[in-house]
Amino acid sequence: MSKARRGARAPIALLIPAALGLAFLVLPLAGLLIRTPWRSLPERLAAPGVLAALRLSLLTATLATVLCVLLGVPLAWLLARTEFPGRRLVRALVTVPLVLPPVVGGVALLLVFGRRGLIGHWLDATFGITLPFTTAGVVVAEAFVAMPFLVIAVEGALRGSDTRYEEAAATLGANRFAVFRRVTLPLVAPGVAAGAVLCWARALGEFGATITFAGNFPGRTQTMPLAVYLALETDLDAALVLSLILLTVSVGILAALRDKWITSP
Amino acid sequence: MRIRPLIATLAAALALTACSGGSGAAGTSATSGAPGVSGDVTVFAAASLTESFTRIGKDFEAAYPGTKVTFNFAGSSALATQITQGAPADLFAAASPATMKTVTDGGMADGEPVTFVRNQLVIAVAKGNPKGITGLAGLAQPGLKVALCAEQVPCGAAAKKALEAASVKITPVTLEQDVKAALQKVKLGEVDAALVYRTDALSATADVAAVEFPESAKAVNDYPIAVLKNAPNKTAAQKLLEWIRSDKGMAVLTQAGFQTP
Repeated sequence: MSKARRGARAPIALLIPAALGLAFLVLPLAGLLIRTPWRSLPERLAAPGVLAALRLSLLTATLATVLCVLLGVPLAWLLARTEFPGRRLVRALVTVPLVLPPVVGGVALLLVFGRRGLIGHWLDATFGITLPFTTAGVVVAEAFVAMPFLVIAVEGALRGSDTRYEEAAATLGANRFAVFRRVTLPLVAPGVAAGAVLCWARALGEFGATITFAGNFPGRTQTMPLAVYLALETDLDAALVLSLILLTVSVGILAALRDKWITSP
Repeated sequence: MRIRPLIATLAAALALTACSGGSGAAGTSATSGAPGVSGDVTVFAAASLTESFTRIGKDFEAAYPGTKVTFNFAGSSALATQITQGAPADLFAAASPATMKTVTDGGMADGEPVTFVRNQLVIAVAKGNPKGITGLAGLAQPGLKVALCAEQVPCGAAAKKALEAASVKITPVTLEQDVKAALQKVKLGEVDAALVYRTDALSATADVAAVEFPESAKAVNDYPIAVLKNAPNKTAAQKLLEWIRSDKGMAVLTQAGFQTP
Protein backbone atom coordinates (compact mmCIF):
# COMPACT_ATOMS: atom_id res chain seq x y z
CA MET A 1 0.00 0.00 0.00
CA SER A 2 2.74 2.43 0.88
CA LYS A 3 4.52 1.59 -2.37
CA ALA A 4 1.55 2.62 -4.46
CA ARG A 5 1.40 5.94 -2.65
CA ARG A 6 5.06 6.78 -3.01
CA GLY A 7 4.63 7.62 -6.72
CA ALA A 8 1.96 10.21 -6.03
CA ARG A 9 3.24 13.80 -5.96
CA ALA A 10 2.02 15.81 -3.02
CA PRO A 11 0.59 19.15 -4.21
CA ILE A 12 2.77 22.04 -3.09
CA ALA A 13 -0.31 23.70 -1.54
CA LEU A 14 -0.49 20.82 0.92
CA LEU A 15 3.22 20.18 1.29
CA ILE A 16 4.14 23.63 2.62
CA PRO A 17 1.55 23.89 5.39
CA ALA A 18 2.21 20.25 6.29
CA ALA A 19 5.94 20.93 6.62
CA LEU A 20 5.22 24.07 8.64
CA GLY A 21 2.94 22.09 10.92
CA LEU A 22 5.57 19.41 11.40
CA ALA A 23 8.28 21.98 12.10
CA PHE A 24 6.03 23.74 14.59
CA LEU A 25 5.53 20.51 16.52
CA VAL A 26 9.08 19.19 16.26
CA LEU A 27 11.19 22.36 16.67
CA PRO A 28 10.44 22.82 20.39
CA LEU A 29 11.48 19.22 21.00
CA ALA A 30 14.64 19.81 19.00
CA GLY A 31 15.30 22.93 21.06
CA LEU A 32 15.06 20.84 24.20
CA LEU A 33 17.56 18.31 22.83
CA ILE A 34 20.00 21.00 21.69
CA ARG A 35 20.01 22.77 25.05
CA THR A 36 20.24 19.59 27.15
CA PRO A 37 23.47 19.52 29.20
CA TRP A 38 24.58 16.14 27.85
CA ARG A 39 27.92 16.16 29.67
CA SER A 40 26.45 16.42 33.15
CA LEU A 41 23.55 14.14 32.26
CA PRO A 42 24.65 11.00 34.19
CA GLU A 43 25.21 12.80 37.49
CA ARG A 44 21.97 14.73 37.13
CA LEU A 45 20.07 11.51 36.53
CA ALA A 46 21.54 10.14 39.73
CA ALA A 47 20.54 13.24 41.68
CA PRO A 48 18.23 12.45 44.60
CA GLY A 49 14.59 12.85 43.77
CA VAL A 50 14.84 12.31 40.02
CA LEU A 51 14.26 8.56 40.09
CA ALA A 52 11.68 8.90 42.86
CA ALA A 53 9.69 11.35 40.74
CA LEU A 54 9.95 9.12 37.66
CA ARG A 55 8.91 6.03 39.59
CA LEU A 56 5.96 7.88 41.11
CA SER A 57 4.93 9.22 37.70
CA LEU A 58 4.97 5.77 36.09
CA LEU A 59 3.11 4.22 39.02
CA THR A 60 0.38 6.85 39.28
CA ALA A 61 -0.15 7.09 35.50
CA THR A 62 -0.56 3.31 35.33
CA LEU A 63 -2.96 3.17 38.29
CA ALA A 64 -4.95 6.08 36.84
CA THR A 65 -5.19 4.20 33.53
CA VAL A 66 -6.44 1.07 35.30
CA LEU A 67 -9.07 3.17 37.08
CA CYS A 68 -10.09 4.80 33.79
CA VAL A 69 -10.45 1.41 32.06
CA LEU A 70 -12.54 -0.04 34.89
CA LEU A 71 -14.92 2.93 34.95
CA GLY A 72 -14.55 4.31 31.42
CA VAL A 73 -15.29 1.17 29.36
CA PRO A 74 -18.72 0.62 30.93
CA LEU A 75 -19.42 4.35 30.53
CA ALA A 76 -18.45 4.22 26.85
CA TRP A 77 -20.65 1.15 26.37
CA LEU A 78 -23.58 2.98 27.93
CA LEU A 79 -23.09 5.94 25.62
CA ALA A 80 -22.69 3.83 22.49
CA ARG A 81 -25.22 1.04 22.99
CA THR A 82 -28.14 2.39 24.97
CA GLU A 83 -30.75 5.10 24.57
CA PHE A 84 -31.65 7.19 27.56
CA PRO A 85 -32.91 10.72 28.08
CA GLY A 86 -30.13 13.28 28.30
CA ARG A 87 -27.54 11.11 26.60
CA ARG A 88 -26.19 14.02 24.55
CA LEU A 89 -25.69 16.00 27.74
CA VAL A 90 -23.93 13.08 29.42
CA ARG A 91 -21.61 12.74 26.46
CA ALA A 92 -20.80 16.46 26.62
CA LEU A 93 -20.15 16.23 30.36
CA VAL A 94 -17.78 13.29 29.87
CA THR A 95 -15.58 15.40 27.62
CA VAL A 96 -15.54 18.49 29.84
CA PRO A 97 -12.17 17.64 31.47
CA LEU A 98 -10.66 17.81 27.95
CA VAL A 99 -11.36 21.51 27.66
CA LEU A 100 -11.34 22.50 31.34
CA PRO A 101 -8.12 24.18 32.50
CA PRO A 102 -6.48 21.48 34.65
CA VAL A 103 -6.09 23.90 37.57
CA VAL A 104 -9.86 24.40 37.57
CA GLY A 105 -10.19 20.61 37.57
CA GLY A 106 -7.92 20.49 40.61
CA VAL A 107 -9.98 23.06 42.49
CA ALA A 108 -13.18 21.21 41.55
CA LEU A 109 -11.69 17.98 42.90
CA LEU A 110 -10.77 19.76 46.15
CA LEU A 111 -14.35 21.00 46.52
CA VAL A 112 -15.61 17.41 46.26
CA PHE A 113 -12.83 15.24 47.72
CA GLY A 114 -11.06 17.80 49.93
CA ARG A 115 -11.30 17.81 53.72
CA ARG A 116 -14.29 20.14 53.59
CA GLY A 117 -15.60 18.77 50.28
CA LEU A 118 -18.96 17.17 49.61
CA ILE A 119 -17.65 13.60 49.72
CA GLY A 120 -14.27 14.29 51.29
CA HIS A 121 -15.85 15.66 54.45
CA TRP A 122 -17.75 12.40 54.93
CA LEU A 123 -14.70 10.27 54.04
CA ASP A 124 -12.63 12.15 56.61
CA ALA A 125 -15.25 12.03 59.37
CA THR A 126 -16.20 8.37 58.85
CA PHE A 127 -13.00 6.63 57.80
CA GLY A 128 -10.33 9.23 58.51
CA ILE A 129 -9.37 9.17 54.81
CA THR A 130 -8.22 12.36 53.11
CA LEU A 131 -7.22 12.26 49.45
CA PRO A 132 -5.36 15.58 49.00
CA PHE A 133 -1.59 15.35 49.54
CA THR A 134 -1.56 11.56 49.05
CA THR A 135 -0.41 9.36 46.18
CA ALA A 136 -4.03 8.23 45.82
CA GLY A 137 -4.90 11.90 45.30
CA VAL A 138 -2.43 12.06 42.40
CA VAL A 139 -4.13 9.03 40.83
CA VAL A 140 -7.55 10.67 41.22
CA ALA A 141 -6.34 13.94 39.64
CA GLU A 142 -4.71 12.11 36.72
CA ALA A 143 -7.73 9.86 36.17
CA PHE A 144 -10.02 12.91 36.11
CA VAL A 145 -8.19 14.57 33.24
CA ALA A 146 -7.33 11.36 31.36
CA MET A 147 -10.65 9.51 31.45
CA PRO A 148 -12.25 11.35 28.48
CA PHE A 149 -9.48 10.10 26.18
CA LEU A 150 -10.39 6.51 27.02
CA VAL A 151 -14.16 7.00 26.84
CA ILE A 152 -13.98 8.75 23.46
CA ALA A 153 -11.71 6.07 21.97
CA VAL A 154 -13.81 3.16 23.26
CA GLU A 155 -17.11 4.76 22.30
CA GLY A 156 -15.79 5.31 18.77
CA ALA A 157 -14.67 1.69 18.56
CA LEU A 158 -18.05 0.46 19.82
CA ARG A 159 -19.95 2.56 17.27
CA GLY A 160 -17.72 1.28 14.50
CA SER A 161 -18.08 -2.40 15.42
CA ASP A 162 -20.65 -4.73 13.91
CA THR A 163 -23.56 -5.44 16.27
CA ARG A 164 -24.64 -8.57 14.38
CA TYR A 165 -22.24 -10.77 16.37
CA GLU A 166 -23.78 -9.50 19.60
CA GLU A 167 -27.28 -10.16 18.27
CA ALA A 168 -26.28 -13.66 17.20
CA ALA A 169 -24.84 -14.42 20.64
CA ALA A 170 -28.01 -13.13 22.27
CA THR A 171 -30.24 -15.32 20.11
CA LEU A 172 -28.06 -18.29 21.08
CA GLY A 173 -29.00 -17.69 24.72
CA ALA A 174 -26.13 -15.65 26.15
CA ASN A 175 -27.21 -13.07 28.74
CA ARG A 176 -26.33 -9.41 28.24
CA PHE A 177 -23.25 -9.34 30.42
CA ALA A 178 -21.94 -12.55 28.81
CA VAL A 179 -22.39 -10.93 25.40
CA PHE A 180 -20.45 -7.87 26.56
CA ARG A 181 -17.67 -9.96 28.05
CA ARG A 182 -17.33 -12.69 25.42
CA VAL A 183 -18.25 -10.84 22.21
CA THR A 184 -18.24 -7.04 22.49
CA LEU A 185 -15.09 -6.59 24.53
CA PRO A 186 -12.84 -8.80 22.32
CA LEU A 187 -14.22 -6.98 19.25
CA VAL A 188 -13.28 -3.54 20.54
CA ALA A 189 -10.07 -4.61 22.32
CA PRO A 190 -7.84 -2.58 19.93
CA GLY A 191 -9.96 0.50 20.63
CA VAL A 192 -9.70 -0.05 24.38
CA ALA A 193 -5.93 -0.49 24.09
CA ALA A 194 -5.59 2.69 22.02
CA GLY A 195 -7.69 4.61 24.51
CA ALA A 196 -5.66 3.23 27.40
CA VAL A 197 -2.38 4.31 25.79
CA LEU A 198 -3.65 7.86 25.19
CA CYS A 199 -5.06 7.91 28.70
CA TRP A 200 -1.73 6.79 30.16
CA ALA A 201 0.23 9.39 28.19
CA ARG A 202 -2.13 12.16 29.29
CA ALA A 203 -1.89 11.02 32.92
CA LEU A 204 1.90 10.96 32.71
CA GLY A 205 2.00 14.60 31.60
CA GLU A 206 -0.65 15.86 34.04
CA PHE A 207 0.43 18.95 35.95
CA GLY A 208 -2.27 21.48 36.85
CA ALA A 209 -4.85 19.28 38.55
CA THR A 210 -2.13 17.33 40.34
CA ILE A 211 -0.37 20.33 41.89
CA THR A 212 -3.70 21.89 42.86
CA PHE A 213 -5.38 18.80 44.28
CA ALA A 214 -2.53 16.59 45.46
CA GLY A 215 0.10 19.23 46.27
CA ASN A 216 3.80 18.73 45.82
CA PHE A 217 5.80 16.54 48.15
CA PRO A 218 8.87 14.58 46.98
CA GLY A 219 8.33 10.82 46.98
CA ARG A 220 4.62 11.07 47.69
CA THR A 221 2.94 13.46 45.28
CA GLN A 222 5.79 15.04 43.31
CA THR A 223 5.48 13.59 39.81
CA MET A 224 7.86 14.40 36.95
CA PRO A 225 5.93 17.41 35.59
CA LEU A 226 5.91 18.96 39.08
CA ALA A 227 9.60 18.24 39.51
CA VAL A 228 10.27 19.95 36.17
CA TYR A 229 8.29 23.03 37.19
CA LEU A 230 10.11 23.41 40.50
CA ALA A 231 13.51 22.72 38.97
CA LEU A 232 12.76 25.52 36.52
CA GLU A 233 12.57 27.91 39.49
CA THR A 234 16.26 27.54 40.19
CA ASP A 235 18.09 25.38 37.72
CA LEU A 236 17.23 25.40 34.02
CA ASP A 237 19.65 22.55 33.27
CA ALA A 238 18.07 20.26 35.85
CA ALA A 239 14.64 21.07 34.42
CA LEU A 240 15.90 20.24 30.93
CA VAL A 241 17.22 16.87 32.05
CA LEU A 242 13.93 16.02 33.77
CA SER A 243 11.99 17.12 30.68
CA LEU A 244 14.21 14.96 28.50
CA ILE A 245 13.51 11.87 30.61
CA LEU A 246 9.76 12.50 30.49
CA LEU A 247 9.92 13.07 26.75
CA THR A 248 11.96 9.91 26.16
CA VAL A 249 9.61 7.73 28.19
CA SER A 250 6.46 9.13 26.55
CA VAL A 251 7.76 9.07 22.97
CA GLY A 252 9.23 5.61 23.50
CA ILE A 253 5.97 4.12 24.70
CA LEU A 254 3.80 5.96 22.17
CA ALA A 255 6.05 4.91 19.27
CA ALA A 256 6.25 1.30 20.44
CA LEU A 257 2.50 0.96 20.81
CA ARG A 258 1.19 3.11 18.02
CA ASP A 259 1.65 0.72 15.12
CA LYS A 260 0.37 -2.16 17.15
CA TRP A 261 -2.76 -0.68 18.62
CA ILE A 262 -3.66 2.81 17.64
CA THR A 263 -3.91 2.08 13.93
CA SER A 264 -6.60 -0.51 14.49
CA PRO A 265 -8.37 -1.90 11.40
CA MET B 1 11.24 16.15 -5.18
CA ARG B 2 13.81 15.64 -2.48
CA ILE B 3 14.75 19.30 -2.37
CA ARG B 4 11.25 20.58 -1.83
CA PRO B 5 10.60 19.31 1.67
CA LEU B 6 13.93 20.80 2.69
CA ILE B 7 13.00 24.20 1.31
CA ALA B 8 9.63 24.00 3.01
CA THR B 9 11.21 23.15 6.33
CA LEU B 10 13.65 26.04 5.99
CA ALA B 11 10.79 28.36 5.15
CA ALA B 12 9.02 27.14 8.25
CA ALA B 13 12.04 27.76 10.39
CA LEU B 14 12.44 31.27 8.94
CA ALA B 15 8.79 32.05 9.50
CA LEU B 16 9.03 30.94 13.11
CA THR B 17 12.13 33.04 13.82
CA ALA B 18 10.53 36.03 12.16
CA CYS B 19 7.49 35.66 14.39
CA SER B 20 9.51 35.52 17.57
CA GLY B 21 11.71 38.45 16.65
CA GLY B 22 9.00 40.96 15.94
CA SER B 23 7.00 40.95 19.14
CA GLY B 24 9.40 42.75 21.48
CA ALA B 25 9.30 46.21 19.98
CA ALA B 26 5.53 46.63 19.95
CA GLY B 27 3.74 48.75 22.49
CA THR B 28 6.18 51.62 22.83
CA SER B 29 4.26 53.92 20.52
CA ALA B 30 4.10 57.46 21.86
CA THR B 31 0.75 58.86 22.88
CA SER B 32 -0.33 61.99 24.73
CA GLY B 33 0.57 62.46 28.42
CA ALA B 34 3.54 63.65 30.40
CA PRO B 35 6.51 64.34 28.14
CA GLY B 36 8.56 61.23 27.58
CA VAL B 37 6.41 58.99 29.75
CA SER B 38 3.89 56.97 27.77
CA GLY B 39 3.16 53.59 26.31
CA ASP B 40 3.12 50.14 27.83
CA VAL B 41 5.20 49.19 30.86
CA THR B 42 5.52 45.49 31.58
CA VAL B 43 6.32 44.65 35.19
CA PHE B 44 7.39 41.18 36.33
CA ALA B 45 6.68 41.03 40.05
CA ALA B 46 6.67 38.46 42.85
CA ALA B 47 3.27 36.91 43.57
CA SER B 48 3.26 38.49 47.03
CA LEU B 49 3.16 41.98 45.46
CA THR B 50 -0.05 41.26 43.54
CA GLU B 51 -2.50 43.43 45.49
CA SER B 52 -0.28 46.40 46.25
CA PHE B 53 1.34 46.61 42.79
CA THR B 54 -2.03 46.34 41.06
CA ARG B 55 -3.15 49.42 43.03
CA ILE B 56 0.10 51.29 42.43
CA GLY B 57 -0.21 50.49 38.71
CA LYS B 58 -3.69 52.04 38.59
CA ASP B 59 -2.49 55.16 40.46
CA PHE B 60 0.45 55.51 38.07
CA GLU B 61 -1.76 55.20 34.99
CA ALA B 62 -4.04 57.89 36.39
CA ALA B 63 -1.09 60.21 37.06
CA TYR B 64 0.46 59.62 33.63
CA PRO B 65 -2.28 59.39 31.03
CA GLY B 66 -1.18 57.41 28.02
CA THR B 67 0.66 54.82 30.05
CA LYS B 68 -0.53 51.27 30.50
CA VAL B 69 1.01 49.10 33.22
CA THR B 70 0.82 45.35 32.63
CA PHE B 71 1.82 42.87 35.33
CA ASN B 72 3.12 39.34 35.25
CA PHE B 73 2.79 38.02 38.80
CA ALA B 74 4.35 34.65 39.65
CA GLY B 75 6.96 33.04 41.86
CA SER B 76 10.09 35.24 41.69
CA SER B 77 12.28 32.38 40.55
CA ALA B 78 10.01 31.53 37.63
CA LEU B 79 10.02 35.21 36.65
CA ALA B 80 13.81 35.38 36.87
CA THR B 81 14.05 32.37 34.55
CA GLN B 82 11.62 33.97 32.11
CA ILE B 83 13.66 37.18 32.09
CA THR B 84 17.00 35.45 31.54
CA GLN B 85 15.34 33.49 28.72
CA GLY B 86 14.49 36.77 27.01
CA ALA B 87 10.93 37.57 28.09
CA PRO B 88 10.23 41.24 27.20
CA ALA B 89 9.93 43.02 30.55
CA ASP B 90 10.66 46.58 31.71
CA LEU B 91 10.80 46.22 35.46
CA PHE B 92 11.49 43.29 37.78
CA ALA B 93 10.52 43.19 41.46
CA ALA B 94 11.70 40.03 43.22
CA ALA B 95 10.86 38.64 46.64
CA SER B 96 14.49 37.85 47.42
CA PRO B 97 18.00 39.07 46.57
CA ALA B 98 18.86 35.52 45.42
CA THR B 99 16.29 35.54 42.63
CA MET B 100 17.35 39.08 41.62
CA LYS B 101 20.93 37.82 41.50
CA THR B 102 19.96 35.35 38.75
CA VAL B 103 18.96 38.34 36.67
CA THR B 104 21.94 40.57 37.52
CA ASP B 105 24.37 37.67 36.98
CA GLY B 106 22.84 37.24 33.55
CA GLY B 107 23.67 40.90 32.85
CA MET B 108 19.98 41.67 32.41
CA ALA B 109 19.61 44.50 34.96
CA ASP B 110 20.14 48.17 34.15
CA GLY B 111 22.18 49.43 37.12
CA GLU B 112 22.12 48.18 40.71
CA PRO B 113 18.84 46.78 42.07
CA VAL B 114 17.49 48.60 45.15
CA THR B 115 15.71 47.09 48.13
CA PHE B 116 12.34 48.83 48.35
CA VAL B 117 10.39 46.80 50.93
CA ARG B 118 10.80 43.97 53.41
CA ASN B 119 8.43 41.18 54.32
CA GLN B 120 8.21 38.77 57.24
CA LEU B 121 6.64 35.38 57.66
CA VAL B 122 3.56 34.65 59.74
CA ILE B 123 1.64 31.45 60.37
CA ALA B 124 -1.63 31.53 58.45
CA VAL B 125 -4.36 29.53 60.17
CA ALA B 126 -8.11 29.18 59.79
CA LYS B 127 -10.16 32.05 61.20
CA GLY B 128 -10.43 31.80 64.97
CA ASN B 129 -7.33 29.59 65.09
CA PRO B 130 -9.22 26.34 65.90
CA LYS B 131 -6.00 24.36 66.48
CA GLY B 132 -4.69 26.93 68.96
CA ILE B 133 -1.35 27.52 67.25
CA THR B 134 0.71 30.15 69.04
CA GLY B 135 4.17 29.72 67.57
CA LEU B 136 6.43 27.72 65.27
CA ALA B 137 6.70 24.86 67.78
CA GLY B 138 2.93 24.41 67.53
CA LEU B 139 3.37 23.36 63.90
CA ALA B 140 5.12 20.18 64.99
CA GLN B 141 2.11 18.76 66.86
CA PRO B 142 1.15 15.33 65.48
CA GLY B 143 -1.69 15.12 62.98
CA LEU B 144 -1.43 18.78 62.03
CA LYS B 145 -1.37 19.40 58.28
CA VAL B 146 1.08 22.11 57.28
CA ALA B 147 1.84 23.61 53.86
CA LEU B 148 5.19 25.24 53.19
CA CYS B 149 6.58 26.85 50.07
CA ALA B 150 9.15 24.79 48.21
CA GLU B 151 12.73 25.66 49.12
CA GLN B 152 13.36 26.79 45.53
CA VAL B 153 11.11 29.84 45.94
CA PRO B 154 11.84 32.73 48.35
CA CYS B 155 9.00 32.07 50.82
CA GLY B 156 10.24 28.48 51.13
CA ALA B 157 13.82 29.58 51.69
CA ALA B 158 12.64 32.00 54.38
CA ALA B 159 10.48 29.31 56.02
CA LYS B 160 13.46 26.98 56.16
CA LYS B 161 15.59 29.68 57.77
CA ALA B 162 12.93 30.49 60.38
CA LEU B 163 12.36 26.83 61.25
CA GLU B 164 16.09 26.29 61.61
CA ALA B 165 16.40 29.38 63.81
CA ALA B 166 13.68 27.98 66.06
CA SER B 167 15.10 24.43 65.74
CA VAL B 168 11.65 23.14 64.96
CA LYS B 169 11.38 20.11 62.70
CA ILE B 170 8.12 19.64 60.85
CA THR B 171 6.95 17.37 58.06
CA PRO B 172 4.75 19.40 55.74
CA VAL B 173 2.14 17.64 53.63
CA THR B 174 3.00 19.74 50.60
CA LEU B 175 5.68 22.09 49.27
CA GLU B 176 3.83 24.67 47.21
CA GLN B 177 5.20 26.46 44.17
CA ASP B 178 4.42 29.95 45.45
CA VAL B 179 3.14 31.72 48.53
CA LYS B 180 -0.35 32.28 47.11
CA ALA B 181 -0.77 28.55 46.52
CA ALA B 182 0.24 27.80 50.13
CA LEU B 183 -2.23 30.39 51.42
CA GLN B 184 -4.96 28.99 49.17
CA LYS B 185 -4.63 25.59 50.85
CA VAL B 186 -5.36 27.24 54.21
CA LYS B 187 -8.31 29.17 52.76
CA LEU B 188 -9.78 25.94 51.38
CA GLY B 189 -9.28 24.23 54.74
CA GLU B 190 -7.08 21.51 53.24
CA VAL B 191 -4.24 22.33 55.63
CA ASP B 192 -4.37 23.60 59.20
CA ALA B 193 -1.50 26.05 58.83
CA ALA B 194 0.97 27.48 56.34
CA LEU B 195 3.99 29.73 56.59
CA VAL B 196 3.26 32.72 54.38
CA TYR B 197 4.22 36.38 54.21
CA ARG B 198 2.46 38.76 56.55
CA THR B 199 1.23 40.74 53.53
CA ASP B 200 -0.45 37.68 52.03
CA ALA B 201 -2.15 36.77 55.30
CA LEU B 202 -3.36 40.38 55.64
CA SER B 203 -4.81 40.28 52.12
CA ALA B 204 -6.98 37.32 53.10
CA THR B 205 -8.30 38.35 56.52
CA ALA B 206 -11.81 37.27 55.49
CA ASP B 207 -10.70 33.63 55.54
CA VAL B 208 -7.50 33.35 57.57
CA ALA B 209 -5.89 34.65 60.72
CA ALA B 210 -2.19 35.45 61.08
CA VAL B 211 -0.09 34.23 64.00
CA GLU B 212 3.13 36.23 64.45
CA PHE B 213 6.22 34.46 65.78
CA PRO B 214 9.55 35.92 66.97
CA GLU B 215 11.80 33.79 64.74
CA SER B 216 10.40 35.51 61.64
CA ALA B 217 12.78 38.38 62.41
CA LYS B 218 15.64 36.00 61.51
CA ALA B 219 14.17 35.34 58.09
CA VAL B 220 13.28 38.77 56.78
CA ASN B 221 12.91 38.93 53.02
CA ASP B 222 14.33 41.92 51.18
CA TYR B 223 12.51 42.82 47.97
CA PRO B 224 14.84 44.23 45.31
CA ILE B 225 13.60 46.02 42.21
CA ALA B 226 15.44 46.91 39.00
CA VAL B 227 14.82 48.32 35.55
CA LEU B 228 15.90 45.76 32.97
CA LYS B 229 18.60 46.33 30.40
CA ASN B 230 16.50 45.19 27.43
CA ALA B 231 13.43 47.08 28.64
CA PRO B 232 11.27 48.06 25.65
CA ASN B 233 10.12 51.19 27.51
CA LYS B 234 12.96 52.24 29.80
CA THR B 235 11.79 55.83 30.43
CA ALA B 236 8.39 54.83 31.73
CA ALA B 237 9.91 51.94 33.69
CA GLN B 238 12.29 54.35 35.44
CA LYS B 239 9.38 56.69 36.23
CA LEU B 240 7.30 53.81 37.62
CA LEU B 241 10.19 52.68 39.81
CA GLU B 242 10.47 56.23 41.22
CA TRP B 243 6.70 56.24 41.80
CA ILE B 244 6.86 52.92 43.70
CA ARG B 245 9.62 54.30 45.96
CA SER B 246 7.84 57.63 46.46
CA ASP B 247 5.68 58.35 49.52
CA LYS B 248 2.56 57.53 47.51
CA GLY B 249 3.85 54.10 46.50
CA MET B 250 5.30 53.28 49.90
CA ALA B 251 1.99 54.20 51.58
CA VAL B 252 0.21 51.50 49.54
CA LEU B 253 2.94 48.98 50.33
CA THR B 254 3.10 49.62 54.09
CA GLN B 255 -0.68 49.52 54.26
CA ALA B 256 -0.48 46.03 52.77
CA GLY B 257 1.84 44.99 55.60
CA PHE B 258 5.27 45.53 54.03
CA GLN B 259 8.00 47.15 56.07
CA THR B 260 10.27 49.92 54.85
CA PRO B 261 13.93 48.93 54.59
